[in-house]
Amino acid sequence: MPTATIPAPPLLDSLPEGSVEVVEGLDQPTWIVRRDALAQVARQLRDDPETQFDLLLDLCGVDYPDRDERFEAVYHLYSLPRAARLRLKVPVLEDDPVLPSLIDVWTAADWFEREAWDMFGLRFEGHPNLRRILTHEAFQGHPLRKDYDPARRWILTEDKIYKPNPQPTGSESVDDMFERMTINIGPSHPAMHGTFRVVATLDGEVIVASEVEIGYLHRCFEKMAETHTWQQVIPYTDRLNYCSSFINNVAYCRTVEKLMGIEAPPRAVWAQMILSEFSRIMDHCVCNGSTLVDTGALTNFWYMFQPREEIYGLLEACCGARLTVSACRIGGLLEDLPPDFEARCRHLLETVPEFIDDVDKVVTKNRIWLDRSVGVAAISAEEAVDHGWTGPCLRASGVDYDVRRAYPYDLYGEVDFEVPVFQGGDVFDRYRMRMEEIHQSLSIIRQLLDRGMPDGPYIVDDPHVALPPKEDAYNQMEAMIYHFKLIMDGIQVPPGELYHMVEGANGELGFYVISDGSGKPYRIKVRPPCFPIMASFSHLMQGGTISDAIATLGGLNIIAGELER
Amino acid sequence: MIGESWVTTTVDKLEEWGRNNSFWPLPFGTACCAIEFMSVVSSHYDMARFGYEVVRFSPRQSDVMIVAGTITDKMAPTLKRIYDQMPDPKWVVSMGACACSGGFYRAYHVMQGIDEIVPVDVYVPGCPPTPEGLMYGILQLKEKIKRDSKRRLKEKRAHGDDSGSAAA
Repeated sequence: MPTATIPAPPLLDSLPEGSVEVVEGLDQPTWIVRRDALAQVARQLRDDPETQFDLLLDLCGVDYPDRDERFEAVYHLYSLPRAARLRLKVPVLEDDPVLPSLIDVWTAADWFEREAWDMFGLRFEGHPNLRRILTHEAFQGHPLRKDYDPARRWILTEDKIYKPNPQPTGSESVDDMFERMTINIGPSHPAMHGTFRVVATLDGEVIVASEVEIGYLHRCFEKMAETHTWQQVIPYTDRLNYCSSFINNVAYCRTVEKLMGIEAPPRAVWAQMILSEFSRIMDHCVCNGSTLVDTGALTNFWYMFQPREEIYGLLEACCGARLTVSACRIGGLLEDLPPDFEARCRHLLETVPEFIDDVDKVVTKNRIWLDRSVGVAAISAEEAVDHGWTGPCLRASGVDYDVRRAYPYDLYGEVDFEVPVFQGGDVFDRYRMRMEEIHQSLSIIRQLLDRGMPDGPYIVDDPHVALPPKEDAYNQMEAMIYHFKLIMDGIQVPPGELYHMVEGANGELGFYVISDGSGKPYRIKVRPPCFPIMASFSHLMQGGTISDAIATLGGLNIIAGELER
Repeated sequence: MIGESWVTTTVDKLEEWGRNNSFWPLPFGTACCAIEFMSVVSSHYDMARFGYEVVRFSPRQSDVMIVAGTITDKMAPTLKRIYDQMPDPKWVVSMGACACSGGFYRAYHVMQGIDEIVPVDVYVPGCPPTPEGLMYGILQLKEKIKRDSKRRLKEKRAHGDDSGSAAA
């Protein structure tokens, strides 16, 4: 178990007296921080050479209506230089849910704080723009509070829609010859890949200020998870990053398995790794394909979609679904692998690279593509970390952080693969990164196939977790009772909390789950890798042209389902 | 057919034939269904075979809106507005469980079916529907248009109206 070995960071002497209380016995080092000391503690954790927590992974609220201090803000920190993790918890009162904003410590806090305000009504003092982010303007109340009815809707009418008018800050340029124009792109626009809205103020063709509005696909994943049993959440996780839904399945199931202290059998782990890597390939195909189609290279979009079709065939053979697979179960797989699983994988290992190489030949040295991508929307490593980036986009900026390498879960410690790193941090490097990762994924799959499929069961042999086989459920009393209990009451997860992460297709995909032992999740927070990336879009586009914006957005691989949950 | 270069038909039939074989769909893709929609238009399934050739992203140029994905309350005014911008005659295909009924998102921010705000001609179930499912749906739309135009013809004859207007 990787997170069990996470070392506790030192308690700094310089912290104010009594500001921090260390909690023992959790999956990772956890501190309870007094609210009035939070800003100072955060700053010192970031700056002190002994801690260096430079990456704010996640910020979320939790509601405990029975406690005196009803709300809790939970921060997940990561230190790249020290590979350390830390969770900060800040309890606040219901009557006074105010915290200091940490936006000037970690820029990544910007959207996370807005989300916590939107969902829980936590107010962050000092935040420059504490508006609702996921729900709409006519929304009343804070939906993730426990006393909010999950189905209570509010209707938005056109006159209430927020009308952004981004204006550049700082001094106006003197040789400003053009009249400024504000244009609106999205939420329904072919280049917006789903549902975002960018309002940009242009000076000629140059973006001088822009504002991003999201929330058009906020499907209330976290609230839905609280109203369903632990197994019933699995189909919802499919629809987070729907381009690589299998990885979400694995991430969620692993988290719950760890919380329950069970382990999936080797056969399931082996197959889950192979299918995860195929899903990563599929995801990168969509990302690169749609980046290219946005820049006018339509043929490559068709080329990139064909490997997906091939991989869909394998997924369909494993679970019957193509896109939203729900193929994992807590403790293993939905069903045993098809008899031709290995043959199908081998076949894919031969066919998929052909399509990728075709695109590689057509695009990678293509003058038009180079002109559109090299140096466009470049971001330095420091800035990317400050904005909370992870995954291929961060590695394209030169930071070598991959969860598969840093915390090798499953069998990643036993296979040989490289973590490609590029230095440019621009659209072109993000594209190259994904192309390179496809090859690495293929190599991982090949090694796993060479190890051979492990024998044994595909799901744990525990009647409290895995459904009994259908013939037993129909013919044996005991199996029928277990079947009934599992369907009606669900898996009983012991009380506790845990954060577990995997390397998703676009970064660290984490699940922070809290169980109160009631049979339904008390709280599930997804650490969506593309959320902080999208949050920095305005920053990336500052000074670029409008056509750069279109080329950039595709390469960031923003998946609305995961971004807005 | 007289000789090789004459076809006799009625204006209605010609119109119906034209509509039925040259849809210009507007993909209103928001979520997972949009990825399957992309599969349907790309080479393997190739929706163009059925006359859905030109995918238009501008509502002004399209006549079928394919709503692929969850529509939230935040998106609803946009959807309505885009529907209103499409010229008549126009049709709506609701692709997937979310667009049909809200799907399994019985939640505070999700519209429980787009028929709350726009009229739907064909509902395609599935989460997401398979490409075959969507293709079956769009073929059903063709049938519906044929049926509608026959019905219109009948209605016109019954009312002795020969103005030829074709409100869908």
